[in-house]
Amino acid sequence: MVLTLASLEQAGPLGLGVDAAVEWLLNNGQGLFDVVQVAIERLTATLEFVLAQPAPWLFALVVAVVGWRLVGGSFALFSLLGLNLVLALGLWEPMLATLALVITSSLLALLLGFPLAVLGTRQPWLWRLLRPGLDLMQTMPAFVYLIPAVMLFSTGAVPAIIATLIFAMPPIVRLTYLGITQVPTDLVEAGRSFGCSDLQLLWMVQLPSALPTVMSGVNQTIMLALSMVVITSMIGGGGLGDVVLRGIQQLNVGLGFEGGIAVVILAVILDRLSQGLSPSNARRQR
Amino acid sequence: MSAEITLQAVSKQFLGQPKAAVQQVSLTIQPGEIFVVMGLSGSGKSTLLRMINGLIEPSSGSVQVRGQALATLSPKALNQLRRNAMAMVFQSFALFPQRSVLDNAAFGLEVAGVPRAERQKQARRALERVGLGSQLKQKPAQLSGGMQQRVGLARALALDPPILLMDEAFSALDPLIRRDMQDLLLDLQAEQRRTVVFISHDLDEAIRIGDRIALMQSGEVLQCGTPQELLEAPANPAVRAFFQTVDRGSVLTLRQIVEPIPEDLGITLSLDSEGRFQGLRNPENSWIEASAAGALPSELLLNEAISAVSSNPWPTPVLDPERRPLGVVTPRGLLQALKEQG
Repeated sequence: MVLTLASLEQAGPLGLGVDAAVEWLLNNGQGLFDVVQVAIERLTATLEFVLAQPAPWLFALVVAVVGWRLVGGSFALFSLLGLNLVLALGLWEPMLATLALVITSSLLALLLGFPLAVLGTRQPWLWRLLRPGLDLMQTMPAFVYLIPAVMLFSTGAVPAIIATLIFAMPPIVRLTYLGITQVPTDLVEAGRSFGCSDLQLLWMVQLPSALPTVMSGVNQTIMLALSMVVITSMIGGGGLGDVVLRGIQQLNVGLGFEGGIAVVILAVILDRLSQGLSPSNARRQR
Repeated sequence: MSAEITLQAVSKQFLGQPKAAVQQVSLTIQPGEIFVVMGLSGSGKSTLLRMINGLIEPSSGSVQVRGQALATLSPKALNQLRRNAMAMVFQSFALFPQRSVLDNAAFGLEVAGVPRAERQKQARRALERVGLGSQLKQKPAQLSGGMQQRVGLARALALDPPILLMDEAFSALDPLIRRDMQDLLLDLQAEQRRTVVFISHDLDEAIRIGDRIALMQSGEVLQCGTPQELLEAPANPAVRAFFQTVDRGSVLTLRQIVEPIPEDLGITLSLDSEGRFQGLRNPENSWIEASAAGALPSELLLNEAISAVSSNPWPTPVLDPERRPLGVVTPRGLLQALKEQG
């Protein structure tokens, strides 16, 4: 028997099961999804509005100054030139839209992922449950998230953010967990022996010690979010991904390249800035 | 006098280990004494210490600190007891690398909720006491090992705890610095008596600072007593073996080797109405004043008595703290005591 592509067009029993689960969610959880949808929509729209308020030159200047303080002079120059290039390409607004998507989804990923990781360090059973989940979230091809996201939230920014959030959350969970469990035991003992409560131990001993690792998790989450946000243009996420997508659809290499270079510039800026926030990468080490 | 810390038949069996780390240990630690738990690594002494402040829960037996049984305390009450009653000093120093020296010393007070200004004042005072008045803004990594452990000690002292738990606190330091730190601890103890539980694997250290020593091996206490008791009356061959290499002259005091006044030498001590030493009459029957008679206090270590005893033309009178004579020490008796194998 010859296995043709056509014979794979129907999902097997596993796929049908997932279908059924999504169907069930659609029928029974619509109220919840509506609330989530409205909340996320408001959040991104507000963010995009705020980001669009300053004139592009002011925006670029602020990024450059902050970058100069956190990272260094050459980075400040790069961001100034890079942002001006984006402006000159006429991609300023798509870039802001992408930035708003990245910030919203990273923020949500951190808000969900960080407490989850902290709980995981306290409850071994929770971590045993989380770990395969994280593996799944990270290795499942990113496009697959788009389908249920569209079914649950239709198209637009919200499903884009949900899909991005799922894709970008594993690093912050993993690295927060790693950072906290790697705090030297004698420091934890010292904290306990001086009468720290659980919360004090977390706040005064474990987090300060784990901060560099946690921050690299934040950095990775932001970078993954950016890479996913571009892909979500396929479900109407908008922003720079749209430009790239149009380039593909029209076989327009130039347009695709322009969108791509804008993504790269944004990526470098986000990466260096979020690394600059980490205490171990503070400027005094340079 | 009620005991500060009481351990009753305490055992600890760690999961998946063939042998109990601590077996049926019962100890009573009195307020104000330096109690050394001494043993080789793996003897269970660090586990024992951690059961005193509840970092490790005993598998059986009970631990009482200042009249409170740890097992009956809620987590909150246990934390309260740790904040108020005991502070710990670690072999690895266990300083917080991101905190400055001052903030490290203030850590315990911060945990206890003391306002910033007040805790910094107390931390500064504790740091000054251990000889770290400057360098407050530095990070621990910028200090030498000895300095770091001074910060560790200050962190404990800042709380002014009645109990200090010291886990091999000086073991990681160079011998010279270790001696300085031992002196510092003894000075602190002379100023204000605290109950100190000191874990050590160094017998010389144990003898030097310990009021009493509990010798541990494979989770059991072999013997517990003053250094002199352990040296003079070892309970079993293992204790004797431990003390074989000890310099007896640095453990025993004149009190342990004092002899009655020998008749054949013909010296007589003369006492005043309250039994205090006034002087002696030597074999040639001439009168020697107390100030010239070369009498020594009974708590003097043998090593420190050697030159005085050997240069005295007559047997050296030994006096108790009230200057009442306990007897005499002869050069011959001193030599024998130094040579004897317990």
